[in-house]
Amino acid sequence: MRPIGIITQLLELIVALAAAPLFVGWINQCRAWLQNRSAPSLWLPYRGIRKLFHKDAVIAAGASPLFRLAPYMVFAAMVVAAGIIPSMGTRLPLTQVADAIALVGLLATARVFMSLAAMDIGTAFGTLGARREMMVGFLAEPALLMVIFVASLISATTALPAITEHLATQSLGLYPSLAFTAVAFLMVLLAENARIPVDNPATHLELTMIHEALLLEYSARHLALMEWAAALKLFNYACIGFALFIPWGVSTRGSAPVTLLASLPLLVAKLAVAGAVLALIETVSAKLRVFRAPEFLATAFLFAVLGLLVHLLLGA
Amino acid sequence: MAGVSLDLQLLNLCAALLLLLSFAMLSQRRIVNLVNLLALQGAVLFVATLLIAWRTHQAHLYLSAGLTLGLKVLLLPYLLHRLIRRLQVYWDAEPLLNISGTMLIGVLIVVFSFGLAQPISALASTATRNAIGIAVAVVLLSFLTMIIRRKAMSQVVGFLSMENGLFFGAMSATYGMPMVVEFGVALDVLVAVLVLGIFFFQIREQFDSLDLHHLESLREDAAARRAE
Repeated sequence: MRPIGIITQLLELIVALAAAPLFVGWINQCRAWLQNRSAPSLWLPYRGIRKLFHKDAVIAAGASPLFRLAPYMVFAAMVVAAGIIPSMGTRLPLTQVADAIALVGLLATARVFMSLAAMDIGTAFGTLGARREMMVGFLAEPALLMVIFVASLISATTALPAITEHLATQSLGLYPSLAFTAVAFLMVLLAENARIPVDNPATHLELTMIHEALLLEYSARHLALMEWAAALKLFNYACIGFALFIPWGVSTRGSAPVTLLASLPLLVAKLAVAGAVLALIETVSAKLRVFRAPEFLATAFLFAVLGLLVHLLLGA
Repeated sequence: MAGVSLDLQLLNLCAALLLLLSFAMLSQRRIVNLVNLLALQGAVLFVATLLIAWRTHQAHLYLSAGLTLGLKVLLLPYLLHRLIRRLQVYWDAEPLLNISGTMLIGVLIVVFSFGLAQPISALASTATRNAIGIAVAVVLLSFLTMIIRRKAMSQVVGFLSMENGLFFGAMSATYGMPMVVEFGVALDVLVAVLVLGIFFFQIREQFDSLDLHHLESLREDAAARRAE
């Protein structure tokens, strides 16, 4: 293991941990601007997390150890996931033990722990949220796997850094299959991160909420970890999207180590644009009824499968 | 896809878009949008025909591209929109299958037609032979659209989209049909839409609805049921 690998790995983890709440803050700010409201500060998510860490935790009576364990598990899963996504460089030692399919598994682990913890307390809202989360999850996961399979087929590997390197270095061309899967991925991203067509991230009060219903019983440091993990999840999804669909500018295996420094501002630029686009999508679209969510995700799956079929048939 | 020329890449993109539009038609509930999707499919077909004509330097393909533009992008959607306004049918009834189920069947159909087209593609010598599978899939998906819809209007749109698929199949297998055949088919489609338009009025006169479901029971059956 060469030092450049360790440096890349550490840098990516630090950037992910530090930038994830900032990314959420940026999306909230863009959304406020688009809705003609005065925007909250970019640093609001950090302040929220700091405030929560200073409070005393309240745990519901009858909570099992699983309830206390879940925030740490979810947070750890997201940090490991951040470590295996090539957001800045592809020389990542961690990726030798976990490929893209393992990444989907990590995200699923986090989801299962979150849902179990929400059901653990036994409140109506928690159980309801857990069921909905699993409903969204079991439909979104195959779509995400299909998206990854298309990229894997094109580059003949399931290791994420190799996929990114292959996609970044191949000749430019029109890839209908990648265009279809990009649409599918965007839909999965919206559904999995509790964004507007499927869930409303700005509400704590609706009967239709999914993500917030899972966190209702958490407080203090547990809630802080859960919220940080949610921000990390969004950041991870954005980085998976960059790795698959706009891989240019990532420091690849053959390039000089200095390119790692250049990839940081590029990542920031990509995130800024992605955040603005996400805010725009959330502003112009209305929330779907919960029963329409399967249809939304079936469409995402369809797009991914069409991408796969088009690639197999046309080789494009 | 290094080494593939830009026009072939564009043709592949057109093929992929045709497939996508077929799926969009399958899931669309509003008839107005269905007609717009049909016009869009015609437009993609027009671009594909132009590209093939430019690739192969065949003069008659420009003519058939013009025919596609005039007939399938402008005239037929205009006629259909006028019919929709006259008949006041804007929504299809809930289709016979739910959308997700239809989509899954659609994916299976695409896989089936790719398998079906494999031997044909192996025999064809055109550069666009890979797209034959997509053309077959578009034809079969239009069949599916016609099967799961209740309203006569959407069935006609399915019929027209099927013709688009056939046209694209001929284009990618042999660079287009002979001009006489193409003119014949175009005329057939035009006459079919005109005749079906008259049919719609007759159907509505008889049943006060365009739901083809009413056509299924025979007159004696209906009379007998009324007598019971």
